[in-house]
Amino acid sequence: MRIRIRLARRDLVCRQAVELVTGYLEDSLSRGAKRRFEAHLAVCPHCTEYLAQLRATIALAGRIGPEDLTPPMRADFIALYRRWQADEAGPSA
Amino acid sequence: MAVSTETDECLLDRLCLGDEQAFVTLVERYRPSMLRIAAAYVPGPAVAEEVVQDTWLAVLRGAGRFEGRSSVRTWLFRILVNRARSVGARERRSVPLGTDLAPAVDQSRFDAAGNWRVPPAHWHDQVDDRLMAERIAGRIKSAIMDLPARQREVVTLRDIEGLRSDEVCGVLDISEANQRVLLHRGRSRLRQVIESEFGRA
Repeated sequence: MRIRIRLARRDLVCRQAVELVTGYLEDSLSRGAKRRFEAHLAVCPHCTEYLAQLRATIALAGRIGPEDLTPPMRADFIALYRRWQADEAGPSA
Repeated sequence: MAVSTETDECLLDRLCLGDEQAFVTLVERYRPSMLRIAAAYVPGPAVAEEVVQDTWLAVLRGAGRFEGRSSVRTWLFRILVNRARSVGARERRSVPLGTDLAPAVDQSRFDAAGNWRVPPAHWHDQVDDRLMAERIAGRIKSAIMDLPARQREVVTLRDIEGLRSDEVCGVLDISEANQRVLLHRGRSRLRQVIESEFGRA
């Protein structure tokens, strides 16, 4: 009986599990916390879905790529580059 | 959008040899994230633009001396953060390192015992669909700008630019634990945004 109570207290509820997701993905959970988290996932399809959504969120953010410069901005940056080159070639170089 | 696959290191070398296109490619690659981060320190987009412009000048001046002890992008972002901080201090605007302790998920979605009352609905494969992904990416960009400044920096560096956690800690001068808390809050918030706008089947 006592053992069952202790086990129950160590079980995670969903509200706690969602707060461990980043630690889990970063592999920074303690061994015990990681074991409890994985044990929770094994019986909880909702938290498994939640973890999948966090992974999808990270993947989507990772797809935000470079952005083309507008023509005037491009001209500004090329001018900056040319000024720098002129300085490098100049007396101060 | 022509995405160059050349490495940053290669672009930096070419830039030193007089290749202005290499410089433009590097600018295109990093300017959006730099603006997001600069805006965390300074008031207004115009000042952020100035800080970014200044950073690129510093990058050009330092390019020949870059020794490759860190990655190019870590080096770029460190220059940026240093400039943004000194300008931010001059403009008398400092962002507290507050860690907004809002929970990852709206608490009303759990029952009294702490289990899901309103569980997350399955995200369909449409989230992987290319057009859909572009729409979501646009929404994520604006959601990232709406994050508290510190979360925005960490999420930008980790999840958009793909820096490792130790690199992010080095660039921002924060602890691993702090980095993790900020990342957790930021990512959780982005998930909420995607869920509320695209998550319904």
